[in-house]
Amino acid sequence: MSVKTPGFSLRATPIGTLYRGGEGMWTWVLHRITGVSVFFFLFVHVLDTALVRVSPAAYDEIIATYKTPIVNLLEVGLVGAVLFHAFNGVRIILIDFWSKGPRYQRQMTWVIAAIWLLVMIPGIYFMMIHTIDALFGSTS
Amino acid sequence: MSTSVFAPRSGSRNKQRSNFELYGWLFMRVSGIILIFLVLGHLFIMNILDGGVQRINFAFVAGRWSSPFWQIWDLSMLWLALLHGGNGMRTIINDYAERDQTRFWLKMLLYVSTAFIIGLGTLVIFTFDASIG
Ligand code: HEM
Repeated sequence: MSVKTPGFSLRATPIGTLYRGGEGMWTWVLHRITGVSVFFFLFVHVLDTALVRVSPAAYDEIIATYKTPIVNLLEVGLVGAVLFHAFNGVRIILIDFWSKGPRYQRQMTWVIAAIWLLVMIPGIYFMMIHTIDALFGSTS
Repeated sequence: MSTSVFAPRSGSRNKQRSNFELYGWLFMRVSGIILIFLVLGHLFIMNILDGGVQRINFAFVAGRWSSPFWQIWDLSMLWLALLHGGNGMRTIINDYAERDQTRFWLKMLLYVSTAFIIGLGTLVIFTFDASIG
């Protein structure tokens, strides 16, 4: 969105605001999208787990879908969404309660991005080991 | 272009003040901190540790829920995640649904469905029977 105001120009990230433009705005957008996605998944997940009250076969059948390559990939996306939401949640809490939080909010964005990558890289590997093996499988 | 802004703390909406939104705001932060341990622990155990999702089946669930520790873990996670997520969804509905009617009915749908899922999950944890096979 470009705002033209005669007389002075607006910086891409105005000073003194947390949510207008830049990292502050995009982390807010992502926090919202990941929160909603995880909430809807949670509904589905409680419903599929409820099948343990129906029969072991019904439960094992639904859980088998989680083991297929496509759903496995979706699960990786879900874990990525939860991790972002959790780490950024800590950032929000620090902005609210730590006296220096607002001043360091931008640096904290890059810290959580780095932690996210550090956790996701081995995470993706361990979550997909079986799928990769099944698809391109060496038999060893 | 001039816009008029109402003086703060005036107008009918502020006549009966309540601290509900303050407690909601605080609850998001407190539940968030607890959920870090419950949810990330859950994801690690279920998706990564020891073969991840490939080893999950009815027997695996039966083994876990034979211990009160995991029953309490899952019960707390269920309630906190749905109340936290439900309250977050309430904020989002308030932000985007502009017509009073739409906002009211969307929130009713949210409350009823969230209560149903919390109730169902709680029932499943309390009445789980490993011998139904
Ligand atoms: C894992 C730990 C979690 C942490 C640390 C966390 C933290 C937070 C925080 C601090 C907020 C901001 C509230 C505000 O701005 O007033 C929030 C919002 C939200 N959270 Fe979480 N949360 C976590 C897990 C979850 C889970 C499991 C769900 C889904 C069931 C969820 C759904 C939401 C939603 C829908 C919002 C509202 C977003 C918005 O208003 O833009 N969160 N979370």
